[in-house]
Formats: sequence, C-alpha cells, structure tokens
Amino acid sequence: MSFQIPAFAPALPEIIVMTMACAILVIDLYIAEERRGLTYLLTQLTLVIAALATLGGMPVEPQVTFSGSFIRDTMGDLLKAFIYLMAAGVFLYSRDYLRARKLFTGEFHVTGLFGVLGMMVMVSAHSLLTVYLGLELLSLALYAMVAYDRDSLQATEAAMKYFVLGALASGLLLYGMSMLYGVTGTLDLALLAERLADSDRGDPVLVFGIAFIVAGLAFKLGAVPFHMYLPDVYHGAPTAVTVYIGTAPKIAAFALTMRVLAEGLAPLHADWQQMLVVLAVLSLALGNVVAIAQTNLKRMFAYSTISHVGFILLGILSGTADGYAGAMFYAITYALMALGGFGMILLLTREGFEADNLDDFRGLNERSPWFAFMMLLLIFSMAGVPPTVGFYAKLAVLQAVVQVDMVWLAIVAVLFSVVGAFYYLRIIKLMYFDEVEDRNPLTAAPDLRLALSVNGLAVLLLGLFPGGLMALCIGALT
Amino acid sequence: MGFDKLVFYVFAAVLVFAALRVITCRNPVHAVFYLVLAFLNSAGLWLLLEAEFLAMTLVLVYVGAVMVLFLFVVMMLDINVAEMRAGMRRFAPVGVGIGILLVVEMALIVRSSAFSPEKFGNLVRSPADYSNTKALGSVLYTEHVYAFEIAAVILVLAIIAAIALTLRKRPKTRYQDPARQVSVRREDRVRLVDVPSEKRG
Repeated sequence: MSFQIPAFAPALPEIIVMTMACAILVIDLYIAEERRGLTYLLTQLTLVIAALATLGGMPVEPQVTFSGSFIRDTMGDLLKAFIYLMAAGVFLYSRDYLRARKLFTGEFHVTGLFGVLGMMVMVSAHSLLTVYLGLELLSLALYAMVAYDRDSLQATEAAMKYFVLGALASGLLLYGMSMLYGVTGTLDLALLAERLADSDRGDPVLVFGIAFIVAGLAFKLGAVPFHMYLPDVYHGAPTAVTVYIGTAPKIAAFALTMRVLAEGLAPLHADWQQMLVVLAVLSLALGNVVAIAQTNLKRMFAYSTISHVGFILLGILSGTADGYAGAMFYAITYALMALGGFGMILLLTREGFEADNLDDFRGLNERSPWFAFMMLLLIFSMAGVPPTVGFYAKLAVLQAVVQVDMVWLAIVAVLFSVVGAFYYLRIIKLMYFDEVEDRNPLTAAPDLRLALSVNGLAVLLLGLFPGGLMALCIGALT
Repeated sequence: MGFDKLVFYVFAAVLVFAALRVITCRNPVHAVFYLVLAFLNSAGLWLLLEAEFLAMTLVLVYVGAVMVLFLFVVMMLDINVAEMRAGMRRFAPVGVGIGILLVVEMALIVRSSAFSPEKFGNLVRSPADYSNTKALGSVLYTEHVYAFEIAAVILVLAIIAAIALTLRKRPKTRYQDPARQVSVRREDRVRLVDVPSEKRG
C-alpha cells in the first residue's frame, strides 16, 4: 500500500497552538505563584505567533491536505485571525478578574488555548469527522472552564447543564452525520456535496439526517428551541468564562454551520433553508422578548445572543454569496460587541464585587463619562443604531434576505429588533439619567482600559467605514 | 434458516432482553451486570458482521474497563432507588408517549427503501484470513492521522480538565511523599536495641 506523507505546512497555525499549549502546561508547573503573569504573557504570545503564521501564509488557492480532512482557505484564515483577536481580548479582560478570585492559573490559560485549537479545527474542517472532533475539543474546554470556579454552586450547576445538554447535542449531530454517511458513503465535505447533487433529493434518510444535523448545529449556536442551557450557562459561569463563551465560539459556530450546511449540504439547500427559517424566527422572537424581563446583565446578554444568532441564521439561510458574507460580517462584529459588553462588566467588577446586575450600571456617566460613552457605543451597536457597526451588519443580512424574496422574514426581523431596542436603551437610560448608587472609583488596570476603549471605538469606526471588513468577507467567500 | 441467522437472533434476543433489564432492574448493581451482558452480546453481533476489531475493543474497553469503573461508582454511591422512582408514575405517560413517537418515526425511516440491501450493492464476504484489525491499522496512522492527533489532544484536555477540577490541596490531608519514602536510609528508621536475654524458668 502506498502512502504519501501529507503536506503539513497548511496546518502550521494549528501545530503552533498545540505545541505551545503543551509547552505552557509544563512551563507553568515550574513558575512560582507570584510570577504567574508569565503564563499569561506566553498565552498571548502564542496567539500572536499563530496570527502571524495564519496571515503570513494566506493562500490564494484553497489547499486541502491530510487526505481531505483539512482545508486552508481565505474564509478559514480570516475567521481564525478574528478568533485569535477575540481570545487575546478575553485573556486580557479576564486577567484581573481571575487574579482577584484566585482563579488565575495555568490550567485556565491552557484550557483556553485548547479551546482556540478546537475552534481552529472546526474552521478548517473539510470532513464531517474533523468537524465533530473540533467541536468536541472546543466543547470539552468550555465545560471545564464553566466549572472552573469550584466553590460556586451556580457555576457547577451551569457546567452540569451545559455538559449534559451539550453531550446530547453532540449525539444528535453524530447521528445525523452517520445517516449522511450511510447514504453517500463519504465524510469528505466536497465529495459529500458532489454525491448529494446526484442523489435522490426526496430520500427520507437524507431529510432525517439533515434534521438531526440542523438540530445539533442549532444547539451549538444557541438557537431557539435549543437554547435552554444558554442563559443559565452565561449567568452561572464566572464572567471571565462567559466572555470567552460569548465571543470566539460564535465565530467558530458560524464557520461550523458554513462548512456543514453551505459547503457539504449545499445541494440540499431547499431542505435546510426551511428549518433555518423556523429557528431564526423563533430565536428573534424569544431572544428579544424575554431579554426585557431580565435584571441580570449576563442573562440579558444571553438572550441578546439568541436574537443575534437569529440574524446570523438569516444570512446563512438566504444561500447566496452576499448572504454568507453578511452572516460572516455579522458573526465577527457581534463577537466584537459581545467582547466589549462583557468587558464592561469586568471593568466595573472588583475584588469581592460582581457588577453583573443592571443596577450596577446606574449613573455610570457620573463615575466615568468616557466608559459610559464606550458602553453607549457597544449597546447602540447591539441594538443596531447607526452609525455603529451593528446597524450595518443587520442591514447586510436583511438585504440578502430581501434579495431572495423573503421580505416577510426581513420585516419580522426588523420588528423584533425594535422590541429589542427597548432593553438596550434601558441600559443607556440607567447610565445617563439615573442617580449613581455605587460611588467606588474604577480600579481597572491601564491596559484593560485602553483595550476596552479601542474595542468601543472599533465598533464606531467599523460602522463608519464598514467597506474594508465587508470586502474581506465577500473576498473570502468568492 | 442458516446457522448464522440463528446465531444472530439468539444474540439479538439476549441483547434486547438485557437492555430492557438494565432500565427495569431495581438493584443498580444488577443493572450494571445486565449492561455487561448487553455489551457482550453486541460484541457477538459485531463478530457476525466480520468486525472483529470492534468486537474485541467493545469487550476489552467497555466490559473490561468502563463497566468495572461503573460498578465501583455504583457500589460507592449510596443510591436511593425509592427516591429516584418517586416521579415515575407522574412522568411515565409522557415518557411512553415520546418513546412510541420516536419508535414510529424511526420505523418509517428505517423501513424505507434507503436501507434496503439492494441499495448497498452486493456485499461480499471477506475470506477467512482477512484481518480487519490490520486494515484499520493501516489507515489509522496514515489517512486519518489528523483526526487521530485531534483525538489525542481531546484526551489530553480531558486529563487536564479532570485534574484541574478535582485536585485541591487540603491542609489537613495526610499524604505520602514518594521522594522522601524512596530516599529514606536505614539509619533513619531502624534502631538496633540490645535486649538482654531473659532466662525462662
């Protein structure tokens, strides 16, 4: 039997992250407790090197290697670059929070890096097997991170729910994949699309398989009616972990949906489009309406995530290059907004005090006009108010939906966005028009303040000049 | 009816019976043993399908390792069966309803033509000396090396996560220090005492 050694070069970023994560794990053992900052610096360094390796070796032509289980293309590289950026932001924002709670350990960083590796595998997956393995790697990292604060009953409960329901979702996904494999006899996504194009479309096994796959994906994305775990996990997890879950994995989940549905199951677009329509409408409705009743900001952001997932699904279900580009733009910019939003909670949090209630933002303008303004930008962006980037992202997705003659869907999305604007604007009212209750000065480190300011301004600047990022997204998908 | 069909039905019947007993047994330890029986029978079915490697792994990994672990956990935990059965009567109708729905749905799909033998062409029996362990081995480290490596990373992460979540230094715990145990010298432990002999009388 002849076997050719596969090309390893396209997977260089993955190899770097894996090697560094293992190295950091060992190095961390020999570092004294008070010099733990070194682990943090090495983690950030890993992300920077990986980013250089990814962007430096950007291929023009897609490269497939490892017997068709790995693909490196522009979409993957772009999404990976943003995943590194989000992860770097997460580690920066959560550093002081973890320190104050004695959770600042090597394991947190190593688990986080393995999670990043899982996302990279998902983004670069070219076979159902790698899709599944990448997803499991990420999920396992997330379950462990949620449970990381062992003394918190809430965190343990959240981790338990996440683990059990996440395992169920993985099972659904796997079951669907096995059905597809049974019909087509291949796991390779490109071959799958080829064989499905020739096969009998009405085959009940195929429809059965797609239903399971879409349910599994919806679960991982957090779309209604598979969203039940999301608010509890966001709320129960330590805020440093919530910011991790709420940002980079959303980009990876988008990539996952793209690889499986838009690439592998492209010939069956009509079948999964109907399912996504139902998921999108339910997510938009439930996310925006239930968020109004929340008093905890993390929980509110969880419902807001559900509604944003609805928008991302709108872009994907349109099935056009414009729709995919719009959804990609939406996923990236949403991750940026979520990073800033949770970053604000971490900014106001201090030792022994968690600023995750809406009331903690009361009168923020008096305490710090600059950061109240940053929060204003982030919240405006989530609500979709121009000139922030959230407006442009929603516009791009809605245009794609209108282009495929689903105007009613666009109208539903806009209506529920208006409902959603209520709870976003309430935060702004609290910050600017309410009496300040908590007069403690902000104690955050200068680099956190700087990063958060950049984050807030990026949301504004991307909204003023969306052309660059949009062009990148369109370029990546054509 | 050929002999292999008879074997299939025997294994399948015992498997279904054992699986049912797993969930209807009152004693959790018995349930674990029924699960072992179920695994052994499904290993027999794998053998009929000429998948001897899977059959071996099922016996070695699941019956040999996982179920023993299970048994330990079940025996160590004080499971109150009565308490677990408290909501049984209330939830039973819903559970049965969903179960029947699932069975009907699956039956519709599985009975469809997509799973008919014709669909898969003519399946040929491999000759007796065909080794599917060898076939698996030849692709595992070559064609599937990427997936294999990721699986290894998942296991590493699982180890790290399990240790990070359970290892906690308690000040009161007494634990052994192997390094000190190994480097102990005779002089530290053994003291020779001259005991004058006594005369028994």
